[in-house]
Amino acid sequence: MSQRTPLYDTHLATGAKIVDFAGWDMPIHYGSQIEEHHAVRRDAGMFDVSHMLSIDLQGAHALPYLCRLLANDCGKLLVLQGKALYSCMLDEQGGILDDLIVYFLAPDRFRIVVNAGTASKDLAWMQSRTEGFRVNLTPRRDLAMIAIQGPAAREKFFFAFPGARQSTENLHIFQGKEWSSTTGTPWFISRTGYTGEDGLEISLPAAEAQRVWELLQQAGVHPCGLGARDTLRLEAGMALYGQDMDETVTPLEAGLVWTVDRSLPRRDFIGRAALNESTPRFQTLGLVLLDKGVLRPHQQIHTSRGEGETTSGTFSPTLGQSIALARLPLELSPGDEVKVAIRDKHLRARVVKPPFIRHGKPLI
Amino acid sequence: MNIPAELKYAKSHEWIKIEADGTAVVGITDHAQEALGDIVFLELPEIGRIVKAGEEVAVVESVKAASDIYAPLSGEIIATNTAAADTPESVNNDAYGAWLFKIRPGNPAELDSLLDAAGYATVASD
Repeated sequence: MSQRTPLYDTHLATGAKIVDFAGWDMPIHYGSQIEEHHAVRRDAGMFDVSHMLSIDLQGAHALPYLCRLLANDCGKLLVLQGKALYSCMLDEQGGILDDLIVYFLAPDRFRIVVNAGTASKDLAWMQSRTEGFRVNLTPRRDLAMIAIQGPAAREKFFFAFPGARQSTENLHIFQGKEWSSTTGTPWFISRTGYTGEDGLEISLPAAEAQRVWELLQQAGVHPCGLGARDTLRLEAGMALYGQDMDETVTPLEAGLVWTVDRSLPRRDFIGRAALNESTPRFQTLGLVLLDKGVLRPHQQIHTSRGEGETTSGTFSPTLGQSIALARLPLELSPGDEVKVAIRDKHLRARVVKPPFIRHGKPLI
Repeated sequence: MNIPAELKYAKSHEWIKIEADGTAVVGITDHAQEALGDIVFLELPEIGRIVKAGEEVAVVESVKAASDIYAPLSGEIIATNTAAADTPESVNNDAYGAWLFKIRPGNPAELDSLLDAAGYATVASD
C-alpha cells in the first residue's frame, strides 16, 4: 500500500486528484495544474513535500564524512550558519545515487534532505559509508515538509506566522534556520525551493502540518500539486532524479558539473577517481520546440552530429511553448537547431542553456 | 457528470453528433477533458483522409500527457476545428462545443454500435 503524508486528508478535502509518486499517494493537482503553476510564478503557492526525507547527521566527524560522501564540497558551508548546499551523491563509478540538499546547523550537526523514491537506498548507502567516522544518521520521518514558493511567498508566510518574521526575514538565499513557534518543537525554515522562484521550505512536526497548511491557505497561498511542481522545476532548468539522471549517468553528463567541486586536490570524495577517468558520452542541455506540439520524455532527437534523447519534456505555461531537457551529442551548442521525432513528424527545436525561466522572467 | 442525452458516444470517450445531413461531428467528452487536465495542444487529421472506425486520427495533449483520439465511425474527414486547435483550452472549457473533426460516415450500420448517454455513463464511471 502507498504511503501517505500527514497532509493526505487535507488534500482530499481540498479536492486534490491523487496519484502514486515513488510509492506515495500525492496530489497531482487541485483542479488546474496551469493555474497552480501561474500562482507560483506570479504570487504564492505551496507544495506538500513531506514525502522527501530529512536525515540528521550528528557527530565529531560530520564534516569530514560529508566531504567524503558528496561530490560538492560541504567545507564551503562553514562560512554561514544554516547555509545550504546542493550536491550529488555518487557511487564509486561516478554514477548519481541521488541529488540532495545539505544544511549546516552546527560544526557537528547537519541536515540532509533526499528524494522520496531513493530515501531508503540513500540511507542504507550513507550508513554503509560511516566506517572510520564518528557520526550518527537519524531519519526524520516524524517531520512534515511544506514548500511555499513565489514572489509573494515569504510575505504571505510572515502574514500567517508573524512571529517568524523577525528571525527569518533576513535569511539569505540557500540559508535556513531553526525557529521555535509557541508550541515548542522547533521548525526548520529555509530559503530554498525547486521552482526558480523565491520562497521557503518549512520542516515541522507532522502533527502541526494540517493547521499550518490551513493558515497558509487562509493567507492566500495557493495549494499546488506535483504536476505544477514538475512544470515549474523544468522551466527553472532543474533536473529530476530518476528522469534526468540516475546511477547510469555522471554529473558531467547530466548538466550538473557545476555541483562537482574538485578544487581541493586532496578531497577524495566517492566517485572522484572515476569521474577523473571518465569521458562524457553526451551533454544535457535544454530544448525549445519551434513547431507546434509537446515535448515529452524519451523522444528521439536527430542532429547533424548524431542522435539524442529528451529526458524531461512538457508544455511550459510561462513561455506558452514546449520545453525539454535532453541528452545531446557533445559537439552541439546553444543556438543549434535539431529535429525531435514526435509520432510520425520531425519537429524543429532549438538548443538552449537552461534555465528557461528564473524569477518569473524568460531567459531564453 | 455532464453527458448530454442528445449525443452518441464511443467507449474511448469521444462524443458524436449526427447532423441533419448525416455528417458526424466528433469531440471528446467532459469526462475525458477532466481526466486529461489542462489541454495545451491538438493534432487534428488532414481533411480528405479516409479513416476506419477505431483508427487513431487525432491527438489531444494536456500538460501531463498525450492522448490518442479514435475515429468513432469509418468515413472521410471533411472538416477540422482550427479555432479549437488555436485555443486548445476551449476543450476544457466547453467539451461539447469545441468539436475536433467531422466525418462523412461511409458505413451507416456502424451508428448502431455507438453508445447512448446511459451506456456511456456506465463506461465513464468505471
